[in-house]
Amino acid sequence: MHSIPLEVTNLSKSFGGARQFLWRREKEPVAAIRNVSFQIERGEIYGVIGANGSGKSTLVRMISTLLTPDEGQISVFGLDIRRHELEARRLINRVSPDPSFFKNMSALENLLFFARIYGMGPAEIKRKAAEILGRLDLADRIREPMLNLSRGQQQKVAVARAFLTSPVLMLLDEPTTGLDPASKLQVQQFVREVREQHDATILLTTHDMDEAERLCDRIAILVGGNVIAEGTPLELRTRVANGRPLEQVSMETVFLELTGKSIEEDEEVMAHG
Amino acid sequence: MASIAGGMFTGNSAWALSMAFVERQTNLWKRYWGWELVWLVYGVVNTVAITLIAEQVGAGVVDADISGLVLFLLIGTLVWAYLSAVLEDISLVIEWERWEGTIEHTLMAPVPRWLHLLGMSVFGILHGLVRTALIFAIALLFFDIDFGNVNLLALVAVVLVASVSVAAVAILAGLLPLLYPERGSQMSMMVQASLLLVSGVYYEVEVLPAWLQVFSFISPATYFLDGIRAAMIDGQGLADVAGTLGILALFGVIMVPMSLWAFNWAESYAKRTGKLKRTG
Repeated sequence: MHSIPLEVTNLSKSFGGARQFLWRREKEPVAAIRNVSFQIERGEIYGVIGANGSGKSTLVRMISTLLTPDEGQISVFGLDIRRHELEARRLINRVSPDPSFFKNMSALENLLFFARIYGMGPAEIKRKAAEILGRLDLADRIREPMLNLSRGQQQKVAVARAFLTSPVLMLLDEPTTGLDPASKLQVQQFVREVREQHDATILLTTHDMDEAERLCDRIAILVGGNVIAEGTPLELRTRVANGRPLEQVSMETVFLELTGKSIEEDEEVMAHG
Repeated sequence: MASIAGGMFTGNSAWALSMAFVERQTNLWKRYWGWELVWLVYGVVNTVAITLIAEQVGAGVVDADISGLVLFLLIGTLVWAYLSAVLEDISLVIEWERWEGTIEHTLMAPVPRWLHLLGMSVFGILHGLVRTALIFAIALLFFDIDFGNVNLLALVAVVLVASVSVAAVAILAGLLPLLYPERGSQMSMMVQASLLLVSGVYYEVEVLPAWLQVFSFISPATYFLDGIRAAMIDGQGLADVAGTLGILALFGVIMVPMSLWAFNWAESYAKRTGKLKRTG
């Protein structure tokens, strides 16, 4: 197997711009990702931080084969995901910001389905699901319909769903959104354990700067679909320190210095233009 | 044989992937049993109400073949109940998952789309058969019908062969929400309604205006109904319905690859334009 888990080269994606059938009206295309390139090393947790609407989820969707890039290439362990879609999908799984389950089915029924379509057998699924949910303090809720679980508990089941299939490339798209602080720490600890014990490579998108600094080996800052900076948390902090002690330079400061606005302000700009 | 990651499947692993969709649909069906009850009651009421028209019409006519007319309409309503169940189950392949919010997680799994659609089709056909059998059993309480003439072998053969092309029609209807997120499901229902009009469900297609009869020739449901009526009313055997079976098989041979190709094309379109997850 090729040694680079994820290689993204000159990736671009725009939405809109299609000619409308009846009215022949052109819409102005909106660029979501602009000429983005990066690669992730094996066993690394690579963070992509940015405001809501900065293009993080579009990027994850393209890597997940759910969106087709306009330009550029994505390779997963050397497999071009457009030419080897099924093979690449087998190596990937994803946690999305919304838990996304069949709400009237139980957690176990959901996990059985979502793992069976990755080729796992029911006995293996039940064993691993009990193990993962046990570590996330949810083993006793496994037979309850998803709609009886809180938002945070549903998100933990979503984390379990993703790790159940033992992906070698995990895409965590804001995995701790909606979790209470204790659950957030629990999930973050679980992510670290999985990386250490199972040779997983992880792409993590977040707008939580503390989470990015705590979990990620390297971080890319995404603004308006562009990667404006990339490096280890230490490198990024050093870059903007300007003589200040590094302890006084948080990732929040890094974002502020490099983009000229806080992440909340950037979200405002993305929302209202 | 290579593993799934290698892009190839053993017969067992391919079947297991398809069966995952059958199992999921069964679980959903159990959880939404209230809706199943509603559709069952609706199906029974619809079947009985329409079939009673035959009794009413026959009552005023000397030497009327009331029993034949009752059977004609009963078959029409039952076949329509079956078609509706199959069309609805399979054509919801995208719409249901959009509603639950699971569509991206299902479509990014390493399952070839034809195995996904095969699983949905197997469940749709089994579900349609069970629901229709229940409607039939309950409807029998209302009518005194002689089934002595029925050729069971021909009946089963027609149902099985016709189901393949019905599944293909449902897949074609099911891809519409990929192209039109806001209006796709309504358009799927229009496909169903059009089949009801042109396929001779409650009348012979000969009573249709000539221009509409053209559409009845290209509807597999027309031949499905012809075959069922031949086997149940006229008692025709396998050899007698061979021509109808041949036409239905031809529909399947043409429509199954066509529907799979069209579905894959629609999925690619949705991925290119970002319409996969969008809800209407």
